[in-house]
Amino acid sequence: MPEQIQPQQDSRETLSFYVVGAVFLIVMPLLNMLPAEDSWLHLSDFRLNQFGKFLCFAILALGLDLTWGYCGVLSMGQGVFFGFGAYCMGMYLALQIGKESVYGSELPDFMVWTQVKELPFFWYPFKSFWGGLLGAILVPVIFATIFGFLAFRSRIKGVYFAIITQALAFAAWLVFNRNETRLGGTNGLTDFKQVLGFRLSDPSTQLGLYILTVLALIASFLLCRWIVASRAGKVLIAIRDSESRVTFSGYTPWVYKLFVFVVAAGLAGLAGMLYVPQVGIITPAQIGVLPSLEVVIWVAVGGRGTLIGAVLGAVVVNFGRSVLTNYFPEAWPFILGGLFVVVVTMFPDGLVGIIRKFFAGGPPAAGLAMPKPQTQGGR
Amino acid sequence: MSAEGLILNCENVVVDYDGFKALNNCNFSVHYNELRVVIGPNGAGKTTLLDCICGKTKPSSGKIAFGNNIELVGKNAEDITKLGVGRKFQAPSVYGNLTVWQNLDLSLKRASKGVFPTLIGKSTPAERERINETLNTIGLTQDAHTRAGSLSHGQKQWLEIGMVILQDPSLLLVDEPVAGMSDKETEQTGRLLSALAEKHAIVVIEHDMDFVRQIARIVTVLAEGTVICEGTVEHVQADQHVREIYLGRAKVAH
Repeated sequence: MPEQIQPQQDSRETLSFYVVGAVFLIVMPLLNMLPAEDSWLHLSDFRLNQFGKFLCFAILALGLDLTWGYCGVLSMGQGVFFGFGAYCMGMYLALQIGKESVYGSELPDFMVWTQVKELPFFWYPFKSFWGGLLGAILVPVIFATIFGFLAFRSRIKGVYFAIITQALAFAAWLVFNRNETRLGGTNGLTDFKQVLGFRLSDPSTQLGLYILTVLALIASFLLCRWIVASRAGKVLIAIRDSESRVTFSGYTPWVYKLFVFVVAAGLAGLAGMLYVPQVGIITPAQIGVLPSLEVVIWVAVGGRGTLIGAVLGAVVVNFGRSVLTNYFPEAWPFILGGLFVVVVTMFPDGLVGIIRKFFAGGPPAAGLAMPKPQTQGGR
Repeated sequence: MSAEGLILNCENVVVDYDGFKALNNCNFSVHYNELRVVIGPNGAGKTTLLDCICGKTKPSSGKIAFGNNIELVGKNAEDITKLGVGRKFQAPSVYGNLTVWQNLDLSLKRASKGVFPTLIGKSTPAERERINETLNTIGLTQDAHTRAGSLSHGQKQWLEIGMVILQDPSLLLVDEPVAGMSDKETEQTGRLLSALAEKHAIVVIEHDMDFVRQIARIVTVLAEGTVICEGTVEHVQADQHVREIYLGRAKVAH
């Protein structure tokens, strides 16, 4: 008698995630701490910090994979939610600079230049660490709830939704660039000194942040894994494959879309929050159209519809960028664009699809294999 | 239950597509536990009729009463599904990237189909038993863990019928179930529908006259958006008006 069993692919994916997680969580910090500085095994503080940044991007990519890879909702505005998270944490960090700032004022430096005499009211919650932490998650979540409600409720879907989210990214970029927004304008927020009393310049603080990021990534992965493995996860795939059929199974598609969109926004906020103390700066350049599109490319390269693919795509593409920009700084946008075209046309299942072909030749995972459009009945 | 024992009663339903009346004052009713076949030339409005009943298309005017006089016009598709109207589409529409089991599991009638109950809900043994029974009924027990996308055309049709059965509908709307099926598959489908008719009211749209003869008790003929004749297969085939408008023209009368 058939039982409901998890397909083999899923358990393999989970296994490979644990292996990858162990490498990032244990092996890399050990390589940073144990071998001597000049040993070839030694992982420099710089590299470790860089991987911390890539792993933040992996959390961001997981969210997009949930909406796009599983539910078929392409959002080209994930950078905005990332930016909300990053700015919330950045505002807290900026207020922690205190008297150490260039002008010795309690106010962040940019406010001194722009003649702001008093802290704007919306900065007040960010005086506390909890304000920064909660804000980084809640601001994107609340914003996504309102935006998603309006968009999905009016049955905006497919390419129209993608275009609207891209417009959102552009609008957010314009707003954050303005000095009147009181968020540092083009220069953004930077020159952070400490978080909860730990000096950010201290390698051990950075190691701690790195480990926190790995733990957050694992938690995010498990959350997404739980969602896609549940019956609701199957509804997401059903919506992607045949949205109108889903209503005749008794589900309301737009509510499910809103749900994943909000989860993705929360993950993007978490990613932004962890990104800021490790990179030390957040500017509008990180939240516009281009950074939002890059997330789409990471997920496409890694493999849509597999969670491990999103993580892999984010790390591989960004590592590739850090290596290649050393040699061909001008060529990177072309390489990235070319990569996207090659992946979409030749390897629609991305790196994960290629790896699968090598190892198993098994059937694609539940989330894999892009849907063929289905028509429903005649008139 | 309404006084006349009708599960479905459409009165003067009109669907107007910019002046073209796909349904023109259509009156159509079905009794409880009845298997009704609807035939008619292309463009007669057969599928539009089903679309109106299940909430896919909004009629311009008219009434559709279901069960205990529940008005269906103006309700959305999800709510109509929950009230107990199941729809099987013309082109097989199953979730290709899910397994047969998952397709059935999603379709199973449950107290709530909201996000959170669906997120934390687990199948109960009783639910699994029902899915197994349905797999058996539609003959897909062996393929329970096959991706629905890789099933044959006939199997997809059966899977979709199974999905509709699991919604526990009191009224099943089935649109051309045997189009593209082999003779053997057609016959199996006929038996399946006849068996289902013992517990559900079923409306079947069909073109294949051999199949209609196999399953039909009462046939409704639709042409140009209105019912022109209703009765047994023999009665309908003998009707002069029907012969002119449909059977004669399409040369399917044997």
